[in-house]
Amino acid sequence: MLLEVDDLAVAFRTADGTVNAVNGLSLRLEAGGTLAIVGESGSGKSQTAFAIMGLLARNGEATGSVRLDGKELLGLSPRELNKVRAAQAAMIFQDPMTSLNPYLRVGDQMAEVLTLHKGMSRREAMTESAAMLDAVRIPDAASRLRMYPHEFSGGMRQRIMIAMALLCRPRLLIADEPTTALDVTVQAQIMELLSEIRAEFGTAIVLITHDLGIVADTCERTVVMYGGRVMEQGATETLFERPSHPYTLGLLKAVPRLDIDQDELETIPGDPPDMSRLPKGCPFTPRCGFAMERCGRIQPPLTEWSGRLRACHADPEVVR
Amino acid sequence: MYSFIARRIAIAIPTILLLIVFSFLLMEAAPGSPFATERGVPPEVLANLEKKYGLDRPLIERMGIYVWNVVTQFDFGPSFKFKDRTVNDLIAQGFPVTLTYGIWSFVVAVAVGGTLGVLAAIYHNSWLDYLAVGISIGAQVLPNFVMAPILVLIFTLWLGWLPGGGWRGGQWEYLILPVIALSTSYMASIARITRSSMLEVLNAGFIRTARAKGLPMRRVILRHAMKPALLPVISYLGPAFVGMITGSVLIDVFFSTGGIGQFFVNSALSRDYSVIMGITILIGTLTVTFNLVVDILYAWIDPKIRY
Repeated sequence: MLLEVDDLAVAFRTADGTVNAVNGLSLRLEAGGTLAIVGESGSGKSQTAFAIMGLLARNGEATGSVRLDGKELLGLSPRELNKVRAAQAAMIFQDPMTSLNPYLRVGDQMAEVLTLHKGMSRREAMTESAAMLDAVRIPDAASRLRMYPHEFSGGMRQRIMIAMALLCRPRLLIADEPTTALDVTVQAQIMELLSEIRAEFGTAIVLITHDLGIVADTCERTVVMYGGRVMEQGATETLFERPSHPYTLGLLKAVPRLDIDQDELETIPGDPPDMSRLPKGCPFTPRCGFAMERCGRIQPPLTEWSGRLRACHADPEVVR
Repeated sequence: MYSFIARRIAIAIPTILLLIVFSFLLMEAAPGSPFATERGVPPEVLANLEKKYGLDRPLIERMGIYVWNVVTQFDFGPSFKFKDRTVNDLIAQGFPVTLTYGIWSFVVAVAVGGTLGVLAAIYHNSWLDYLAVGISIGAQVLPNFVMAPILVLIFTLWLGWLPGGGWRGGQWEYLILPVIALSTSYMASIARITRSSMLEVLNAGFIRTARAKGLPMRRVILRHAMKPALLPVISYLGPAFVGMITGSVLIDVFFSTGGIGQFFVNSALSRDYSVIMGITILIGTLTVTFNLVVDILYAWIDPKIRY
């Protein structure tokens, strides 16, 4: 296993009390595999990624276990963690407009990764950076190195981010909503690029998104999160074909469809939960059409059913 | 870049010219006279005096001569109050003094204020942050007319370590108290601006990217956060630098340093028009110049600024 996350919890100390962003999340990803973490805003999916990379805000704390290639990442010293970052695990972010430093040339931002982690000379690092820009299909790469981020379009900047993330050939790439800020045609190109990169470099990808269409196309396995907890997890195909959790079902129904005549879009009624005041039981209870009395009291454990894990008290045969 | 600088200088020149004309007209419009005394001056004497200083000629002619002399020979004319001394003499005597303690104040304010601000931002919400914020608020609310006597009380009267005034050609022990008194409030402002802009930058997406790349924190700060965090500080530093090198009346009066700050106020009180204008134009020109320097620094730091 490349990535093993066990019982991960992320809590933030705030003026309004403790906010539990992630509660007891476990997942596995094998080398070269693809895993999607889906859920709506505030479900804890991004904080999961930040916890894996050690990038939580200062008031946040992660507990549990995150192992990369068997090595525990939680509790590493900043120095040790910096060796892992970029070299073994890299991350790209939602907004390519703000993720690159506007005051530094693209080439300098890329080259510093290589001079730092690989001990390359600046010249070698520049050559390598140009090659990587070429690999993410940026034309005229060598001259682009001298340009500043504002001279590129959003899609191009995300390509640069991907190229920068791949410079040290990490075995894990975490993509946090990499296409959310881009328009649809560019989204497709970026997703295609990620697939190609996975094939070319054998990089395992954790894709964090709320776009189920993208997940269906690109990810082998899917984790559905809500209120910082895993609702359902398993092979993407299995989950999408026969969702067994009311939340997964609601998400899939909310995807607009072209093949049937819809007057209105399906929605999940209610609001996302207040993460500082989560119910004792299942966080989805107030919005769930299948909720029973014990749902609000007792957290349903993740149990196996028909080739996936689900956390729900309701009889899976009833959830349709 | 060079054409940008050339264009900015081309704008600065008419600005300074306008400044000269306006300060001349303003002085002309101001009531009172440098020759008025309580007893009154006999009309014949007044006429003689006005003739001597050329005040009997028409306004346009005098203005033309004044502007011409200033622009071509940097000649601000004679002082109306100090006989046998020109404005240039006074500035030549006072400005080196103000410049000396001004530059030192600037260095101290930037070094201490900048360091405090950066540390406070990096260790946000820690005791270091609270200490830095406390110091800068304290320094800000203590005006220099309170600060200066307190300093003299402590270091001169109680401890007897430093002289309480004088200049002696700018020996270091005469510099310390004026520099502290002048620089504290600037230091406080610089600390506050640096802290808030650094805090904002540290929350930016590109800082997270830099950390995700595995850069050590020191490098993240120095290479990725410093430049953008300094931009707002720099725009404050231009006018602040001019404020410091043109000194402060209070510093000059309290420490008897003999800088131009004290001439400025005395000349205003005694209607010494040529001295007022001379110092106004000096400060104005410095302001225009350092705003120009700030603009150039901005363009140099921020690649998004087109020139």
